[in-house]
Amino acid sequence: MKIEISINGQRLEADVEPRLLLVHFIRDLAGLTGTHIGCETSICGACTALMNGEAVKTCSILAVQADGAEITTIEGLAKDGRLHPLQEGFWECHGLQCGYCTPGMIMSACGLLQENPSPTEEQIRHGLEGNLCRCTGYQHIIDAVKYAANKMGAQAAKAD
Amino acid sequence: MSFLAKYIGQKVKRTEDPRLVQGIGHYVDDIEIAGALSVAILRSPYAHAKINSISIDAAKNAPGVVAVYTGKDVEGKVGYVPCAAALPELKVPKYPVLASGKVIFVGQPIAAVVATDKYKARDAADLIEVDYEPLDVITDAEKAALPDSPLIHEEFGTNVAFVHNAGSGDVEAAFKQADRVVTQRLNHQRLAPIAMEPRGVLAQYFPGEQQLNLWSSTQIPHLLRTQLALMLGIPENRLRVITPEVGGGFGSKLNVYAEEALAGWISMRLNKPVKWIESRRENFQATIHGRAQVGEVSVAVKNDGTLLGLKYDVTADLGAYHQLLTPAIPTLTGLMLSGCYKIPAIQMTCKGVFTNKMATDAYRGAGRPEATYLVERVMDLIAGELNMDPVELRRKNFPRPDEFPFATATGLFYDSGDYERALSKALEIVDYKKLREEQKAARAQGRLMGVGVSTYVEICAMGPSIALPAGGWESATVRVEPTGKVTVLTGISPHGQGEETSFAQIVGDMLGVSIDDVLVIHGDTSIVQYGIGTFGSRGIAVGGAALAFATEKVVAKARTLAAHLLGTSEASLTFENGRFVGAPDDRSVTIQEVALAAYIPHNIPPDFEPGLVATHFFEPKNFTFPNGTHVCVVEVDKETGDVKILRYVAVDDCGKQINPLIVQGQVHGGIAQGLAQALFEEVVYDENGQLLTGELMDYAVPKAHQLPRYELDHTETPTPVNPLGAKGVGEAGTIGSTPAVANAVIDALSPFGVKHVDLPLRPEKLWRLMKA
Repeated sequence: MKIEISINGQRLEADVEPRLLLVHFIRDLAGLTGTHIGCETSICGACTALMNGEAVKTCSILAVQADGAEITTIEGLAKDGRLHPLQEGFWECHGLQCGYCTPGMIMSACGLLQENPSPTEEQIRHGLEGNLCRCTGYQHIIDAVKYAANKMGAQAAKAD
Repeated sequence: MSFLAKYIGQKVKRTEDPRLVQGIGHYVDDIEIAGALSVAILRSPYAHAKINSISIDAAKNAPGVVAVYTGKDVEGKVGYVPCAAALPELKVPKYPVLASGKVIFVGQPIAAVVATDKYKARDAADLIEVDYEPLDVITDAEKAALPDSPLIHEEFGTNVAFVHNAGSGDVEAAFKQADRVVTQRLNHQRLAPIAMEPRGVLAQYFPGEQQLNLWSSTQIPHLLRTQLALMLGIPENRLRVITPEVGGGFGSKLNVYAEEALAGWISMRLNKPVKWIESRRENFQATIHGRAQVGEVSVAVKNDGTLLGLKYDVTADLGAYHQLLTPAIPTLTGLMLSGCYKIPAIQMTCKGVFTNKMATDAYRGAGRPEATYLVERVMDLIAGELNMDPVELRRKNFPRPDEFPFATATGLFYDSGDYERALSKALEIVDYKKLREEQKAARAQGRLMGVGVSTYVEICAMGPSIALPAGGWESATVRVEPTGKVTVLTGISPHGQGEETSFAQIVGDMLGVSIDDVLVIHGDTSIVQYGIGTFGSRGIAVGGAALAFATEKVVAKARTLAAHLLGTSEASLTFENGRFVGAPDDRSVTIQEVALAAYIPHNIPPDFEPGLVATHFFEPKNFTFPNGTHVCVVEVDKETGDVKILRYVAVDDCGKQINPLIVQGQVHGGIAQGLAQALFEEVVYDENGQLLTGELMDYAVPKAHQLPRYELDHTETPTPVNPLGAKGVGEAGTIGSTPAVANAVIDALSPFGVKHVDLPLRPEKLWRLMKA
């Protein structure tokens, strides 16, 4: 099937098998390998990206279902060489160790902060329940998301 | 050895992170080689079956398929999966990379399909027809040790792979003198390590150069190179193992796996690059598991709480084959049976037994969590029997700080420690007295609140070479380049531990250079001198020590040249902030200037060897023994059995901390894994050897909302074993936390007369106990 997907603002047209997973489209066809695969069963969340602004697990969506969609992956988050506040927060707060879950974790947090710009700790913990991390015990991840929420809140206040 | 404190001891942000938070680092599956073929493995659906025949015709003719290999193809061509552990009279079965004749665990590789893409490879694997004849399955290790059990390896006539005795002292006399003997049967459930990145291999053979490049998600690139060279029959210096980013290991990648050898062999046979990436289901079935001991512990004790002796009679479930260190893991349990207490007589009898399951091996803690859990659990049982506060019982049996180095009945010398200090600090943070009062009040209201304490010690910084199958030294090279930039080559292989940062901190302080000028290179056997790798909390304590010695050699050499350049004696110079000062005429030179002069040697002393580089292989004289106290406070829901963690306090002593931010991260993650063992995780096989927990849907890796906020503090008793004074911290959290949580939950249930419950303490189990 012929489909066209926009990833991080770049349109990519391809003739794909109907069974091709979106994550393989992103990794193998678009060559963006920051979106990782940890389970292929939508449990671990390592493959999370934004599809039309919403956080989705790209291992359980077919590429054909994303025909015409706008996808943002981890590689599309930094702008003009400046890290996104979430990326900065993960760095500042030691929110990662091996880094494998990190892109998915950041993209999920991105979706979370869009819905709820100033979440409580409890809301962050529940908001990230679709993403597994085996290294950090989550505490520094929670701190990183809080850091980003504060920074984005301050930026938004300034813009107002 | 002298260090600045500009970086060491500071919470330096990791230099690894910018690439990782942007998703532009490279794990094995992110590396693309044009024309690479995909490998899919067909695995056994049976735990024990004879293979009558395998038909590969349909698979061979499927679209995109390049080749299909079975056991026949690799027999005599690819060596057996190695076991490096040595024990007297150990039975070591031959472990082929593809099964031939029979299969003995679910997930055992049977055939490898090579195709032009991964979808086609998996499709074709489904077309392979295998005629199996199911055999009797044995999954219970204690039953497998009985004489009438079905045999997994007929050639041995038994499923018992070894019997290991450890300990010393007159145990029988201790038990005769005892006022009381406390005995408990304990099960340490089987766990799955679950690194978030599954295993993966990419192999590329260059027939002209006769060189095999092999990228693998491993913790031990050099050991893997040696073993694969032997398995594949190629010269070790023509095999280059490259370890790119590794997405976690926890011991599961401290191994040599069939798929690594297969990928290398297929690439050589086809003269094509090939890639195999493990699925999560394969990761559950065919990557090593951990723990899996069942046994009985008995402790002889006086009425005043003095410990006299300990016996542990245990059966270790080895699984179907030995992986690299399988038989060695329970021996580590034996070494740590003294815990952080004076126990004059200790005796362990361990039977290692084959079962129709995946092999067990090193999972974070590797044998030590088992020891700590049983010692700390039984300490609470003794306290209950003697009607003593569990904290007082522990205190009473601690060695005092002036008794270090402390000799245990298991043959170890604990290097340093102050167990009382960490305990007092932890109790102060939780306000233990008040907590016990709160608990009384809660109980009066019918609420099930529990407090659990674990005082632990672990054996780390593996270790003296004599104690490790492949040696326990580590290597480092420090090279000051002509422009003054510093390159470090380390034999350890970090996969999340952040040594690119902490090693730069060590070198930065020792050479007085910015950490931005230090590049730490690891995980490429063609670039880095031989090393042992990352496991056993050894990165800083052994690898970092090697680095400190290598850096010291560089400074010494630089000093010789600096003295020459300044026309003075070496003894008159001091090295401060990257500059040699103290020349009579107040002239000075920087390390960068010395480096340039060393590479452009127009003005050097006679016989001075050009260049500024040094290598050191550090052999530690002892292990280190990190320790600490963990306190967990829980409330169990009477209606649902759900455990809520109210507080979690950990005071750890890992000696000197190079980067406290990284130390915190290690402790957090360790606690999460140990807590998960206490409350959630268990690998379950049914009686047919089917793996029931074969996906993340069924195996309960904890999520963010299931874990508490950890309150950390530390004490610092530097180790004399290495010049950094660092003991290692990678496994401390895992070791300290499981008993703290278990003790807390069991304490909460004590109004129901509950004295012990086997892990994991899931709501249903607790609910049933309360309803019984």
